[in-house]
Amino acid sequence: MKDLKQQLIEEFGENNLVEAFGELTLRVDSDDIIKTCIKLRDFFSFDMLIDLCGVDYLTYGQSDWDADASASGFSRAREAQGVEDRHEQRFAVVYHLLSVSKNYRLRVKSYVDEAEPIIKSVTAIWASADWYEREAFDLMGILFENHTDLRRILTDYGFVGHPLRKDFPMIGEVEMRYDEDLGRVVYEPVSIEPNVNVPRVIRK
Amino acid sequence: MAEIRNYTLNFGPQHPAAHGVLRLILEIDGEVIERADPHIGLLHRGTEKLVESKPYNQSIGYMDRLDYVSMMCNEHAYVMAIETMLELKVPERAKYIRVMFDEITRILNHLMWLGTHGLDVGAMSIFLYAFREREKLIDCYEAVSGSRMHATYYRPGGVYRDLPEKMPQYLKSDFRTEKELAVMNENRQGSLLDFIADFVKEFPKSIKQYHDLLTDNRIWKQRLVNIGIVSANRAKQLGFTGPMLRGSGVAWDLRKNQPYSVYDQLEFDIPIGVTGDSYDRYLVRMEEMSQSNHIIEQCVDWLRQNPGPVMSDDHKVAPPSRVEMKDDMESLIHHFKLFTEGYCLPAGEVYCAIEHPKGEFGIYLISDGANKPYRVKIRAPGFAHLAAMDEMAKGHMLSDVVTIIGTQDIVFGEIDR
Repeated sequence: MKDLKQQLIEEFGENNLVEAFGELTLRVDSDDIIKTCIKLRDFFSFDMLIDLCGVDYLTYGQSDWDADASASGFSRAREAQGVEDRHEQRFAVVYHLLSVSKNYRLRVKSYVDEAEPIIKSVTAIWASADWYEREAFDLMGILFENHTDLRRILTDYGFVGHPLRKDFPMIGEVEMRYDEDLGRVVYEPVSIEPNVNVPRVIRK
Repeated sequence: MAEIRNYTLNFGPQHPAAHGVLRLILEIDGEVIERADPHIGLLHRGTEKLVESKPYNQSIGYMDRLDYVSMMCNEHAYVMAIETMLELKVPERAKYIRVMFDEITRILNHLMWLGTHGLDVGAMSIFLYAFREREKLIDCYEAVSGSRMHATYYRPGGVYRDLPEKMPQYLKSDFRTEKELAVMNENRQGSLLDFIADFVKEFPKSIKQYHDLLTDNRIWKQRLVNIGIVSANRAKQLGFTGPMLRGSGVAWDLRKNQPYSVYDQLEFDIPIGVTGDSYDRYLVRMEEMSQSNHIIEQCVDWLRQNPGPVMSDDHKVAPPSRVEMKDDMESLIHHFKLFTEGYCLPAGEVYCAIEHPKGEFGIYLISDGANKPYRVKIRAPGFAHLAAMDEMAKGHMLSDVVTIIGTQDIVFGEIDR
């Protein structure tokens, strides 16, 4: 992995490469994603795209205690000190690459804006990206330019919203039941209350 | 002349050969598949969203329910991700227990696959033989965790408890005589390890039976040979892992290439296919069962000779024993904190993959330092395999679609998540 790190630094610069927990992460500007991926596939022999997913950084580093703590309550919890991964852009697209021939892995991370969550599709580089991009679109609402078939994949037909976004409620927006009188299935706003049993706490 | 048009056929979601809830929209020209469009998500339970709302330990149970025929392997990837971030040391004995149960799980999964794959293409009897052995392994699950399927046995820091000294036995009942009972309990007189050792000794005979039933069976070969061929390069492009990749002739196995736990200390071989068709994948999986059997044998020997702790003694992560809590204040505090709030992981991200029976099962975990994960992405092997359905089925007959579903070893728990 040392060689790979050295080569990546030479190619992409030291500032864009992070090593943590024995894994390498390469940060790529979203405009350069195609260029970089082709380079990674052809010169670094990353022949497999193992995984692709979207991440929503909206509430990163926030705990439940900050959200609704009164002046007197919740004094046990302390603030997190300096969150390192905080980023100005809300979404990230994360690619996990694997080289079968060279036996190493790399994570490629690219950030996209909330206003325009669009990134170029890598389906032409790795065929496996097809469904992964559909999934990221479905659950996170990230758009992939040049994807030939960007339909929803995991959620229901006619589903509204992107459930893995942090502002999508855990209990969902609508519930479904069969209406005897109308003789069909109807959608209504959810009737249950959200319930947090264990608050989210950040400790150092 | 009459106009000839393609048919669009709906296959599933309620079809015995759809392995759960697969809905396929098939565009067929006569009986030849032009296009196959899988519609998935009918079993989507939002596992990734649920995991974000719970402390780390409370989500182990969700992992069992992903690929619900290879439960403990899913847990393994998840607890390994947590352990990597905490830099937590796992006792050696716990590692061997995990590897042993990973391999038991692999046999469980492959037996399930063998039975249903046989059933799909019309070999009825293999199902009964496969489930006969499966039942014994499920009993091992039950003996060790109390649950036949959803074990929640692996925990960050080790495993929940040590292997039982006594294998549970069948009880007296009106439906069986004393003599029958004695026969049923014959291999259950000793500990769990004795029972597993007995299984390991007998299992090669069962594998031979499966081979006798299928390997040279003319109908079986007619249904499988040259169906769903994937070349090595294409398999890599499509993100295939596990037996699907090895069936195409790529010698890639995380247990060998990127060893985790104690796989580097065990001896086993990686079978690979030649042509990359369904029959090769069948042979690969059959040989994997023999290899798993061999690994279990080595683990049993090791575990017999090396007693010791099975859980980390870091009580920030692993609960202290009840006895300690009776007179030790600190243990009581640890216990209280652990079960009310859980533990916090350092901020950062990690991707942990294991060689799951179906392929590479990975957990991508992002933590912002809280007691709950910020984001968990589950990399399910079946998802990439099913995505290739269109490519594999194109040009084949309708009945071959069923073979391809079978050979992909699809389980919807992990695909839909």
